[in-house]
Amino acid sequence: MADPDSGTGLGKLVEGAAPLLASHLVLALVSLAVAVAIGLPLAVVLARRPRLAGPVLTIAGAIQTIPGLALLALMVPVLAATGGLGVGLSSFGFAPAAIALTLYALLPILRNAVTGLAGVDAATVEAARGMGMTSGQVLRRVELPLAARVIAAGIRTASVWTVGAATLATPIGQPCLGNYIFAGLQTRSWSMLLVGVGAAAALALILDAILAAAERAVSRRPRGRVAIPGGALAALAVLVIWVLPWLARPADAPATARAPRPPAAVPGEAARPTRIRVGAKTFTEQYILAEVLRARLAQRGLPVDVVESLGSNVVFEALRHGDLDAYVDYSGTLWTTQLARDRGAPSWQILSEVEGYVASQHLRSLGPLGFQNAYALAVRRETATRLGLHSLGDLARHAGALSLGADYEFLSRREWTAVRTAYGLGFGRTATFDPALLYEAIARGEVDAISAFSSDGRIAAYDLVVLADPAAALPSYDAMVLLGPRVVDDPRVVCALAPLRGALPVELVRRANLQVDREHAPAQAAAAWLLGAATITEICAASPAAGSAIE
Amino acid sequence: MIELVDVSKRYDRAGAAWAVQHVDATIGDGELVALVGESGSGKTTLLKMVNRLIDADRGEIRVAGRNVRDQDPVALRRTIGYVIQQAGLLPHLSVADNVAMVPKLLGWSGRDIAARVDELLAMVGLPAETFRARFPDQLSGGQRQRIGVARALAARPRVLLLDEPFGALDPITRMALQAELARIHRELGLTTVLVTHDMVEALTLADRVVVMSGGCVRQIAAPRELLAAPADDYVARLVDVVRQQHRQLRALAEGVRDG
Repeated sequence: MADPDSGTGLGKLVEGAAPLLASHLVLALVSLAVAVAIGLPLAVVLARRPRLAGPVLTIAGAIQTIPGLALLALMVPVLAATGGLGVGLSSFGFAPAAIALTLYALLPILRNAVTGLAGVDAATVEAARGMGMTSGQVLRRVELPLAARVIAAGIRTASVWTVGAATLATPIGQPCLGNYIFAGLQTRSWSMLLVGVGAAAALALILDAILAAAERAVSRRPRGRVAIPGGALAALAVLVIWVLPWLARPADAPATARAPRPPAAVPGEAARPTRIRVGAKTFTEQYILAEVLRARLAQRGLPVDVVESLGSNVVFEALRHGDLDAYVDYSGTLWTTQLARDRGAPSWQILSEVEGYVASQHLRSLGPLGFQNAYALAVRRETATRLGLHSLGDLARHAGALSLGADYEFLSRREWTAVRTAYGLGFGRTATFDPALLYEAIARGEVDAISAFSSDGRIAAYDLVVLADPAAALPSYDAMVLLGPRVVDDPRVVCALAPLRGALPVELVRRANLQVDREHAPAQAAAAWLLGAATITEICAASPAAGSAIE
Repeated sequence: MIELVDVSKRYDRAGAAWAVQHVDATIGDGELVALVGESGSGKTTLLKMVNRLIDADRGEIRVAGRNVRDQDPVALRRTIGYVIQQAGLLPHLSVADNVAMVPKLLGWSGRDIAARVDELLAMVGLPAETFRARFPDQLSGGQRQRIGVARALAARPRVLLLDEPFGALDPITRMALQAELARIHRELGLTTVLVTHDMVEALTLADRVVVMSGGCVRQIAAPRELLAAPADDYVARLVDVVRQQHRQLRALAEGVRDG
């Protein structure tokens, strides 16, 4: 198993970061450019109409107070509901990320430009008008040059913010350096996290330095050459967008280079996608399962792009809109979020209703994979023994003196409402943690109970006790592969993935999860192990390319 | 020639406060006319109505026989030199670029502009080699004002408007610049309107003086006539102040001689 901290591991990480860095830079520069293109003319209008400036700056300021993660996530339903703002923009990936970042960058640009233009001496402007300049000439030759420094400072501020906030584009499906940060945090790969954070910081600093040089050039006199920092900016863009990915290709591209060509299209299959997009949510098991799907599809000669660390609401919407082709979801999750049910039911009932719903959305379920990943409440064995806790009912009697640690979602999910209602559960204190940190929090005694996932290998590893749910307040969570509209009836995809049905027992999944969570194995390695350990019965004839794809 | 016919202006449309009321005046070709009055008397408003930085509400203003309201304000302003207090130089441009601005706007050739800039700097007493590349913040107040005059003259205007051009200068510099202005006016024979609150400046520089108060013209007369026959109490008091200052100075000087 590769040690992520060894030289080759780190080298591989840096190579893998190149395409992320490239798309990160493109995202940040496009957002920044659009924000400048909107912000500067708007600031000119506002400087001419000071009465409008107050309200507009207040609105821009209000947008700024929305946390970046929320603003980016908010763009997904907004774009979905408005049909991509009426021009068919995708509600997934680049478009919502760029729009949110543009809105984010707008305030510093607007505020500085308005302040800068308002700060131009009125007598100077009057002198300029008096000598016969049109209002456009006054703007270009007097107001903008005199406000240039302040405007440039605003653009610099916006650029640093945008590069930083762009890391939050990962959960809405836009690859960026955030992929390393989210995945690194989730799978506890600190070197991955550091590469992601370091690259983002370096990018912000380089961009800032270039803009600072441009700022000095415009304010120097006689007017310095903007060409030099302008050229540097262009060179940086070229470097990151083309050169880095090209350099990284020999080591990083085997997925595409080594993968056999997709079988020649048979007549009538021309519309089928050539690359399959597989999604993953933001936790370890999802990264592993995405790699399982990738490996199975690659065996059939289908190249795959994995879009990982997606928000759990974003991912289903992305599938529905055809932005994703396949991912693994859980019956109970769809039961509560999509079907809006607020109480549990027998697992067969949940499964069949969810599958019916999935079909009604023109999507397809390939059936349960064979394990559940249910929400459960877990306590330390010591706590369970001391207080005699076996079920959630027992917990309710002591909960007032105990504290609960939960992942970001749990406390606002219907499951939590259902459990509280069913058992009259009221904790003395609740706190939210990143799922990666939850288990350490309970092991160290910072909290007494946590929201846990039943397929998580760390339950056993940390010697936790899962409390029984006799009232069946929590639904069941059968993992199931869902297919998006582009591939619902694509035999290549169905042949590759349908055999996974029932093939992944919970013991194997737990061990795969633990390999990543505790031993810091890469998700690909855990996926390979899982596929090797599972008993899979093929249902289609092996594709002609299958032999070469298995390694 | 500049003709003002029954010109009125008020800023507050609802109120009755007229900034300028029923002004009739004619400024002949090549004449230097001073507008004097305390602040708020309407003299600057009247001046700005000539190059349409402000538009009159009533009445008519004609420059060289044409109503200014019938002309494009931008084109009009390019034919009228305009100098304000502190010169209003563009701080991000060099002396040469400031002086060259109006010819540039008018599309003169680079060679014509360069020659004109050197000629103008010489005219206002600042050697081009030394000053061409300087920036406004590298100049003294008097030098800035000289550049302001040079810039106003750059495109050979027919009319020159000066709004308190020497107001912020120390007395010695002011005196020197007043002499410069008188010389330039003699040489070029421009139709010139000078706004000032300094009665002595008005009396010593102008061919005729327009005294304003509360938006109204109190008297229009040559300096000598104004001193001899003030038209009303206000003008009389204004003239009296000048005379009194003169007497006090003389008394002081004689006292020094006696003692």
